[in-house]
Amino acid sequence: MTDHDELDAILAAHAGREGALLPILHDVQGAFGHVSETSVRRIAQALNLTRAEVHGVVSFYHDFREEPENRPVLKLCRAESCQARGVEALAAALPDNPRVKVETVYCLGLCSVGPAAMIGHEVHGRLDVARLGALVESLA
Amino acid sequence: MTVVRISDDAAALACGANAVAAAFAAAGCDVERVSSWGMHWLEPLVDIDGQGFGPLEPGDVEAVLAGTSPKAIGRIAEHPFIARQQRFTFARAGKTRPLSLDDYAATGGWAGLKRARELGPEATIAEVTHSGLRGRGGAGFPAGIKWTTVAKAAGPVKYIVCNADEGDSATFADRMVMEGDPFMLIEGMAIAGHAVGAGKGYIYVRSEYPHAIAKLNTAIALAVPHIAPFEVEVRVGAGAYVCGEETSLLNSLEGKRGEVRAKPPLPALEGLFGKPTVVNNVLTLAAVPWILANGGQAYAEVGFGRSRGTMPIQLAGNVKHGGLFEIGFGVTLGELVFDIGGGTATGRPVRAVQVGGPLGAYHPPADFHLPFDYEAFSSADGLIGHAGLTVFDETADMSAQARFAMSFCAAESCGKCTPCRIGSTRGVELIDRIRARAGRAADKVEALPQMHNARKAPRTLAEDVTLLEDLCETMKFGSLCALGGFTPYPVLSALKHWPEDFGVAVPDQDAAE
Repeated sequence: MTDHDELDAILAAHAGREGALLPILHDVQGAFGHVSETSVRRIAQALNLTRAEVHGVVSFYHDFREEPENRPVLKLCRAESCQARGVEALAAALPDNPRVKVETVYCLGLCSVGPAAMIGHEVHGRLDVARLGALVESLA
Repeated sequence: MTVVRISDDAAALACGANAVAAAFAAAGCDVERVSSWGMHWLEPLVDIDGQGFGPLEPGDVEAVLAGTSPKAIGRIAEHPFIARQQRFTFARAGKTRPLSLDDYAATGGWAGLKRARELGPEATIAEVTHSGLRGRGGAGFPAGIKWTTVAKAAGPVKYIVCNADEGDSATFADRMVMEGDPFMLIEGMAIAGHAVGAGKGYIYVRSEYPHAIAKLNTAIALAVPHIAPFEVEVRVGAGAYVCGEETSLLNSLEGKRGEVRAKPPLPALEGLFGKPTVVNNVLTLAAVPWILANGGQAYAEVGFGRSRGTMPIQLAGNVKHGGLFEIGFGVTLGELVFDIGGGTATGRPVRAVQVGGPLGAYHPPADFHLPFDYEAFSSADGLIGHAGLTVFDETADMSAQARFAMSFCAAESCGKCTPCRIGSTRGVELIDRIRARAGRAADKVEALPQMHNARKAPRTLAEDVTLLEDLCETMKFGSLCALGGFTPYPVLSALKHWPEDFGVAVPDQDAAE
């Protein structure tokens, strides 16, 4: 199946659904890793929206990316509760690893067992410098 | 065979519950995955015949099974943290398998919906109104009144929207409901749908909660025969904090940018797709089955002042005993932090407690007499919000926390209104200058001779502080929603209670406000 067919299959699966744009964008990003200019064009056409409207939605939400990210991503929570548990010191001590993308998120809902991080759907709590470093290493 | 019960709540998973479960299974035990008791400092917590052991690692399994583990905590139900609670919403926590319809029915599940159907819509709303239940998302608006408005609104199509965009730091009660007792939330939504005449419900869950999303989807498929003809669908957010605000959530559900809408029109009259819509928080809807099953009066008998019933309070941050503590309103902040939370995890003195997430005020120990009650907190320049407490020890730099509040607002602002969009960025700059004790000289343009009204003299630290207060005032009263409107709470409370962190020598802030 080509990318074009896969995109059409996603659009067909959501046809007729009310407020379908976000679910479509999630599926597109899930399938291709990002929401490309070509996808935006095709989605806009299918939903009878302008490209500007779709681009506006894609750029509004932190989750959607317009460029592919080929590195593994670790989401590190740096909200208040994790701050109180020392995440800023961990972030400062984290060595730069060009092969891993460390993203900041605000809250994973693990506020009682922070500092916390998420890789894909896998959650990690009670991180210290060594454990966070090992997690990043394991992805590289 | 020994039955070992281990939670599969995300907090337990983050602490390694799967590895512990696998070790018990390898030792020949029958492992059941249940919801979490809410004692997160003990996770992974294992329950064998009511006896608790935690926090366990895979290497502890042998000692636990031999009865020699030093990590035994005695009977879980009699643990002081549990015994002191009044659990209505979290009555099943730790006891049932989240996706077991049998467990749910055996513990009183569907009784509320059954009674609502017997009572009919009007009496159902009357029961909720009588219970005094107020919106648990933070605003504290009476649920019964909102439901009445939607019920009376004209139109054949109405919606129930469950706000599960729990973005506030220190809050995880919504997540625990969705992961630990999803049928209760679905039942609550079905009752709301029955009461106001809505046929469809949406649960808007943040994308940071993949475990909750998976559990809800499975639970909804299983619950179809119980809630039909009412339908529930999960919609996943996309990382925008502001979508926890009800009108921006509605825009997001419609597939638009999550920008805030001006009110009126109220969502109760013109909500999702312009149709009358009940927007309630997870905890509000999850409280409804209990209220219907046990009567509004029983719920109203618990509480304090105009805050009736129980509140699932979340203890987080630098606290020794972090977790979920559900109790009637009226418990004091000091009791929560010290008696229940056990003080800080680091053992240092408490410096500040932020109540209500990133938009809640920082409270000093001098405020610890405050009873947990919407009105009491609002009269102390604070808010309960979603009832999350973040404890900070004495190492916290409160001007840095104030700066974070502004930068968080700048990062998450939807951009619709100016005080929030611009004010937050100017606030970060201003706090940076205050922290650097830099003052501010006239810039190039201001220094031009033709700028007659621009000030030429440098601004002093004291003037910058006054300017910050002024900016907060503008944001508080000029913003469309709580993001810009409440960001001043953490900023001003930090400035008021810890002026030394801002370089302000003698505090005379009371006069200034």
